[in-house]
Amino acid sequence: MLRYIVRRLALSVPTLLGITFVTFLISHALPADMAIANLGDHAAQDPQLVAAFREKWGLDRPLPIQYLVYLGHLVRGDLGTSITTEQPVGVELALSLPATVELATASMILAIIVGGLLGVVAGVRSDSPIDVVIRTVMAAGVALPTFWFAILLLFVFYFGLGWAPPPGQLDPGLAPGRPITGMYAVDSLLERNWPVFWNALAHLVLPAIVLATIGVGFIGRITRATVLDVLRTDYVRTARAKGLAERRVVWRHVVRNALIPVITVIGLLYAQLMAGTVLTESIFSWPGLGRYAYSSAGNLDFPAVMGVALVVGIFYVAINLAVDVLYAYINPRIRYD
Amino acid sequence: MTNLDLIGSRVELRAVAEMRQAVRARRAWRTVGVLISVLVVAVWAALALAAPVVAPFGYDDQRVDESLQPPSARHLFGTDNLGRDVFTRVVYGGRVTLLIGVGVVLVGSVVGMMIGTISGYLGGAVDEAIMRSTEVIMAFPSIILAMAIAVALGPGIVHAAMAMVLVWWPGYARLARGEVLSIRHLEYVDAAVAIGQLPWRILVREILPNVRSSIIVLATVDLGSAIVTAAGLSFLGLGAVPPTPEWGAMVNMGRELPAAWWIAGFPGLAIFSTVLAFNFLGDAVRDVLDPRHHT
Repeated sequence: MLRYIVRRLALSVPTLLGITFVTFLISHALPADMAIANLGDHAAQDPQLVAAFREKWGLDRPLPIQYLVYLGHLVRGDLGTSITTEQPVGVELALSLPATVELATASMILAIIVGGLLGVVAGVRSDSPIDVVIRTVMAAGVALPTFWFAILLLFVFYFGLGWAPPPGQLDPGLAPGRPITGMYAVDSLLERNWPVFWNALAHLVLPAIVLATIGVGFIGRITRATVLDVLRTDYVRTARAKGLAERRVVWRHVVRNALIPVITVIGLLYAQLMAGTVLTESIFSWPGLGRYAYSSAGNLDFPAVMGVALVVGIFYVAINLAVDVLYAYINPRIRYD
Repeated sequence: MTNLDLIGSRVELRAVAEMRQAVRARRAWRTVGVLISVLVVAVWAALALAAPVVAPFGYDDQRVDESLQPPSARHLFGTDNLGRDVFTRVVYGGRVTLLIGVGVVLVGSVVGMMIGTISGYLGGAVDEAIMRSTEVIMAFPSIILAMAIAVALGPGIVHAAMAMVLVWWPGYARLARGEVLSIRHLEYVDAAVAIGQLPWRILVREILPNVRSSIIVLATVDLGSAIVTAAGLSFLGLGAVPPTPEWGAMVNMGRELPAAWWIAGFPGLAIFSTVLAFNFLGDAVRDVLDPRHHT
């Protein structure tokens, strides 16, 4: 197992390098002019200002050199400086990452619970009317454009009924308290700061529901398919033959085995959630990676965009590795060597 | 035949009858779903094609005195804050959104199929290099990468579509490569080599036809997500530029106007219904063309 982990870690290095190379190509080889984007049209008329800008950010050097310089900084843990805010990208990412992790994790838990339940019910009652209803709901969840759903929820539950708090991570009057993990709900829970905790949780509900809809259909379909497979296995027939109640057969034998494949798709699901955060976060003013990616991309702030891409890439590789290891641990039939 | 056997065969018969009924019910539901989906897609496509004839107004006709009107007989989907008819804009918007979605899948699948087929057929270092680059591109969430490319190219429909194609082809390339690897050493390919066929002729005559059907399956399943992504890019302001009507951009316009829900509501409904219909059709096509896949 240890050898497997080491080999996977080594194999992930070229992938990560490739990720930096792709983002570098996009930000440097495509015809966008960062000087115009950052200086504004007026200052960009002045060749001296433009030249000074290009020199300051090293844009006047050959592309391969620029890439090597970037990598050199990267190896030392320096992700560069944001052109728009002049702050270190690493610091800004560290500030926005917890918000995204909090949101993505909350919606993933929600998606696993709801999607898993729907999938089990649909699988056990396959081809019944309730199966058809659940499958229609799940298909709708997959097809729902996140940004539209987010806006509808805000219209109804914030503007209309006034049940949900305004967009943002916390009400303006509240202070998040001392950062421990940087996730407001978790930190306030650890500090037993109940007003902040409930407020943070309330702010989390709508964006988490929006993000979770992507995963509900995804997990529900897989769970349903595996439940159908498990129901056909010999051990389920044995369990029924020895006279176990159907409820017990389902919970003890079917559900436990049907949920194993779900673990393998968590990595994939996290990928989809990360993509969903760009739209969801910008609608709910959620100060996470997605909103950071969007705003820095709008400013053609290439160190920031590369930083986001890199962090997301590392996340991917790490999660997929963790999932594979976890899978081997849970399912003793799988051995990596 | 003993009594026990008789009972056994009766039980079996009943089980078979029940199974047949379940299959029939499933087919019936599927047929209903397919019919509705075809209808939805056909209606949106027809409206988009016939937009200049169907639309009651011009898509940029601003009547300030009629702004923010709720749906009525005169304005079926209401009017936006500039007094433009939302129904007209939804009808015209379908042209842009559907064209980008279908265009990206079409170009992406053809490009991906060619790259993947060549990669699988040549093998060796070329194959290795191509497969590694597809892995890297697929390690990004597609919209984040498409967003970065679209930003670098500057907003615009063509740029958004180009950005999406750059992100879209690897899935097809990998699929095509896998298919090529599984058939390139089959006897009929060896036979073509033996009778001295030229490599490109073997590719076109013997290999491509076998790759095509799985590519078509993936493309139909993929159409829905291409449309959502295209609309999402426009929603973020990276696709269609005002005053061009586009479904995603229209939803964005209405997001600050909760009292005028119809501005964001109807274009969003258009995206939702189209994607739902395409997803359903995609599943149906996969069930028919790909017997290995069962749901």
